[in-house]
Amino acid sequence: MEGLQTVGSALLTLGLVAVAIALSLYERLDLEREIGVAVVRSFVQLAAIGYVINFIFGLESIGAVALLLAGMVLFAAWTSARRAGDVPRAFVVVALAVGVAAVATLGLLLALGVIPATARYLIPLGGMVIGNSMNAASLTLTRIRDDVREQRPKVEAALALGATSRQAVSPILKTALQRALIPLIDATKTTGIIFLPGAMVGMIIAGADPLEAVRLQIVVLYMLLGSVSIAAILVGTLSYRSFFTPSHQIRKGVSGE
Amino acid sequence: MDRPKIEVRRLRYGVGGTEILAGVDALVPDGDVTAIVGPSGAGKSTLLRAINRLVEPSSGEVYLDGEATGSLDPLELRRRVGMVFQIPALFGASVEEAILYGARIAGRSAHAGRLLELVGLDPSMSGRAPETLSVGQQQRVSVARALALEPEALLLDEPTSALDEAARRKIEDLVRELNARLGLTMVFVSHDLSQVGRVADRVVLLAEGKSVGEWEREDFFSAAGERARRLIAGRH
Repeated sequence: MEGLQTVGSALLTLGLVAVAIALSLYERLDLEREIGVAVVRSFVQLAAIGYVINFIFGLESIGAVALLLAGMVLFAAWTSARRAGDVPRAFVVVALAVGVAAVATLGLLLALGVIPATARYLIPLGGMVIGNSMNAASLTLTRIRDDVREQRPKVEAALALGATSRQAVSPILKTALQRALIPLIDATKTTGIIFLPGAMVGMIIAGADPLEAVRLQIVVLYMLLGSVSIAAILVGTLSYRSFFTPSHQIRKGVSGE
Repeated sequence: MDRPKIEVRRLRYGVGGTEILAGVDALVPDGDVTAIVGPSGAGKSTLLRAINRLVEPSSGEVYLDGEATGSLDPLELRRRVGMVFQIPALFGASVEEAILYGARIAGRSAHAGRLLELVGLDPSMSGRAPETLSVGQQQRVSVARALALEPEALLLDEPTSALDEAARRKIEDLVRELNARLGLTMVFVSHDLSQVGRVADRVVLLAEGKSVGEWEREDFFSAAGERARRLIAGRH
């Protein structure tokens, strides 16, 4: 196995991390600790998931794949909920949104026969779906929270005119969804021209036919667009209620100004 | 006195252990302009928001025409009792859209031009973007927006505090004029006693979340004017 040798040479790229740390020190960005933590965490996490995936490949059990993906969803929800810690029920909302997004998109790909029901496809694609949905969920959640506070006078004015909470918050929801979806839409537009997406790069380096890599990349992009939209919309519709009472009042503790 | 339009009884409201309203009583006679005055932090704005249930009181009752507001649908209540805030907070691409917001979501029709005239603005303004208007004009648009629902009463939460002297006087005149022309019952929150003298028929004095007393305007200044002045200036 040439695994060790590969890891050894991969460690040489730490030199590039040193450049980032040097920049942080030189410009007093105060990020060296964060960079250090990120490097160590990414190494440990990737190594661990490598062994886990290897193990699951060995099991050849679809149940184990589902369990791993469920674990990923819960971890994503936990990460996202921590970002928006002061939003009530954030964990449940994100877990539900990301879970539904993953099941819907992967399920569709399986049902249409676009990908086979094997760990080799489901784990990496599931990881991408869950990761991207989590980012969209975090963006949507924090944006709604910030806007309900900042635009409290407008929200309150709408309520005072007989609007329901949903109606009062709808301009905020709209902006939050746009903000969450635009990065991916832009990435999809420019893909292949400005950058080659990770999955495709990996396949080409691993020796796959570039056209086969393109086929899979197209599937990935459309899948991500679908799943990110589902996650953002679900987070939006589920989370705004946390800021209001059933009598269409802004909840106590949602501070203004 | 006939049955009051709005009656507030032993109203309490707290947030996280702090009592903002600690037992408020107040009467708002039908067709009058009732001022709620007091120092900042007395609970004036919260009292106003408890009347149209933008906040839910922890105990006590508000009656509208003798009916407990707690048993009314909050959306229907807010259509019956309009509100104008410190900041106009208009939304929509045009003045017309801003004015018709409440009427549109209620599925009612209203005439933006006529409402603009009612608040002393030129009907030709209806196509303009709200943010191109002066703050004083925007505040009058926000009055028109509340009137579009033909409310039975109007709550005004320090509607002139963001305005300069000239615009402030125009809003005061508008309040008197709407009261005279439409017979509209109004509740006007203010911490400016000279404004109270110009606008109100009746005064409710609030301090530290409690009602200190209620007077007709003429009696208020002789009976409690000095006390109110000291409370508002922060000297007890």
